[in-house]
Amino acid sequence: MPSPAKLTSEDIRRIYRSLRLIRRAEEEIARVYPSDRIKSPVHLSIGQEAVAVGVCDALTGDDVVSGTYRGHATYLAKGGDLNAMMAELFGKVTGCARGKGGSMHLVEMSKNVLGASAVVGTTIPLAVGYALALRREGRGRVAAAFFGDGATEEGVFYESLNFASLHKLPVVFVCENNFYAIHTPLTKRWASEALCGRVANFGIPTHRITDSDVFAIRRIVADAVAEMRQGAGPIFLECHTYRWREHVGPMEDYEAGYRDRNDMETWRATDQLERVGALLDATTRGKINIEIEKEIAAAIEFADQSPFPPPEELHTHVFAGQS
Amino acid sequence: MSSPARAEAPAVSRESGRLLRYVDALREAVAQEMEADERVFVLGLDVDDHKGIQGSTLGLQARFGTERIFNTPLSEDAMTGVAIGAAIAGLRPIHVHIRMDFLMLCMNQLVNMAAKMHYMYGGTVTVPLVVRSMIGKSWGQGAQHSQGLYSMFMHVPGLKVVAPSNAHDAKGCLIAAIRDDNPVIFVEHRLLYGTEAFVDEAPFTVEFGKARIAVPGNDITLVGVSNMVVECLRAQELLSEVGISAEVLDPISLVPLDFDTILASARRTGCVLVVDNAWTTCGASAEIIARLAEATSGGDAKPIVMRRMGFAPTTCPTTPALEQTFYPNPATIASAVHSLVRPKAKAWSPAPERAVLAYQRQFRGPF
Ligand SMILES: Cc1ncc(C[n+]2csc(CCOP(=O)(O)OP(=O)(O)O)c2C)c(N)n1
Ligand SMILES: [Mg+2]
Repeated sequence: MPSPAKLTSEDIRRIYRSLRLIRRAEEEIARVYPSDRIKSPVHLSIGQEAVAVGVCDALTGDDVVSGTYRGHATYLAKGGDLNAMMAELFGKVTGCARGKGGSMHLVEMSKNVLGASAVVGTTIPLAVGYALALRREGRGRVAAAFFGDGATEEGVFYESLNFASLHKLPVVFVCENNFYAIHTPLTKRWASEALCGRVANFGIPTHRITDSDVFAIRRIVADAVAEMRQGAGPIFLECHTYRWREHVGPMEDYEAGYRDRNDMETWRATDQLERVGALLDATTRGKINIEIEKEIAAAIEFADQSPFPPPEELHTHVFAGQS
Repeated sequence: MSSPARAEAPAVSRESGRLLRYVDALREAVAQEMEADERVFVLGLDVDDHKGIQGSTLGLQARFGTERIFNTPLSEDAMTGVAIGAAIAGLRPIHVHIRMDFLMLCMNQLVNMAAKMHYMYGGTVTVPLVVRSMIGKSWGQGAQHSQGLYSMFMHVPGLKVVAPSNAHDAKGCLIAAIRDDNPVIFVEHRLLYGTEAFVDEAPFTVEFGKARIAVPGNDITLVGVSNMVVECLRAQELLSEVGISAEVLDPISLVPLDFDTILASARRTGCVLVVDNAWTTCGASAEIIARLAEATSGGDAKPIVMRRMGFAPTTCPTTPALEQTFYPNPATIASAVHSLVRPKAKAWSPAPERAVLAYQRQFRGPF
């Protein structure tokens, strides 16, 4: 891995903090899950955090992200409020969608986290459309679209690429390639592994990051976004990564036999959280860890204490301008 | 989801065969038809993984091989076209979707092609296609994993739509769908998967367009759709305790619809409540009530009291606090019946805990 030479110690602290917050928040979600207080399917990103963190750290608060049902990492990396996320999972009115959307539909428009969708591929063109509006706005903001390897099989993915490239829209397409769609490996779904080649045919510069190097992802996005702010068109990142837990739910599932625990162990050996953590001195790292534990405990407490939405909330928000 | 109390298994007319779960009945139907007919094949996302569409396709690939049951890429639009293409070539595809919501990606091919080809090609082309999909409920399925969108397909001539409510009908309807020379939208419900009914082992068909009187009664006709049949049956039990005799009808297939049976029952009881597993606007319940209204306007001496229930006219919320009022349930159904049958009496509702169905209480997510 390239050395993080140009990064300041503040950069490293911030990136570590983000990686650690996502990891620990999701581990706690998994711990709480068997209590049935979270009655929402949860798709955890444990092991995949570096992609969201690397991309989002290269964006500003004014830039926009769209994510998927596996969206806790995207939401938190972009600065989404942890309390509001936890409350959303608990179905509480203080949640980021007032308990109406659950884990699969996290949203925080004030942080430019566009709402996530549970229908694979559906948010990709939405990010493109948002970028169309950003281009018109002319302030140099960009949109990043996160999606899985499975989403690249939907026609809408290619249609979106074509349009974004045709109009040179400021979109960072980010494929979180964890090699599986639910339990089905790429080999049973892709005729050719050359995803970047497919995308490049639309005239879009592509980057294939096979080791999840959080600093490399950050640098590529930072460079590309700087150009987009001056009018350059979209880029595409294929980020290899690995989902450590089951597709949906809190557990591991290596005993199911569709993948090998050794693959995960290989990825864990280069865990970006550990790697970045090792760049910090023990005191700094310990201090961040303690802060994060407090934040997570407070978020769970907040979610537990918050009320459920009142019954009349069932009928609010069907149409805008009504309630 | 463990197996529910036997008492809640929907009544089917005969008591032969074995007690079988809905999910196993689906799998048995497909296995038997694949055994009997080389042309039958199964495609769809995740039909061959270790979960096998909550068990409904489990083991089929080991038995019939990867040529006859295979996973697809996440490409529902194209895969629907592929299935239609194979069907017009003489094969009999079963395209499986783990949620009905995903059929929205298939809409163009189903509505503009599959539904119309036999007609617009002057009867020279047939599309023997089965599209299986499941409606989700509870545990935060939410906006995009809970929709009962079958009325969209009912709207379009050329598509058959069936929604079996019990294991017996699941098997019989699925075999009938596979043998049918038309595209059939086959509607399943996640929470029915663990429910049991008596099912014959030998292959059999349940005829489309023939409703079942699940429980006879005199005071009101309760028409349930899919999972709502079970909710209506529980409501019927609770109502019988207060002396109201409800007749519970299961249309089984929505296209074709056995309207005659519904009309005859409605004329006899003078009162109808249609309980749908979907929104009411432009839904199956709207269709049934509209046809009743047309059929009885003018001629009937005594007007029939009609009402429908369905999802609240909102998006399905994930929080259990709101989700529980989104759906009709045995208590709200029984209470509505009471007010229709005894309009002058004080409003009545059964104790909520008595209205909870065991097979639903036992369901724990995530899916
Ligand atoms: C259009 C659509 N088809 C099928 C599904 C069911 N489904 C949910 S997640 C998933 C796999 C997606 O894989 P990928 O895009 O690689 O994302 P990952 O879960 O690996 O992050 C599938 C098939 C869906 N939600 N939407
Ligand atoms: Mg994947």
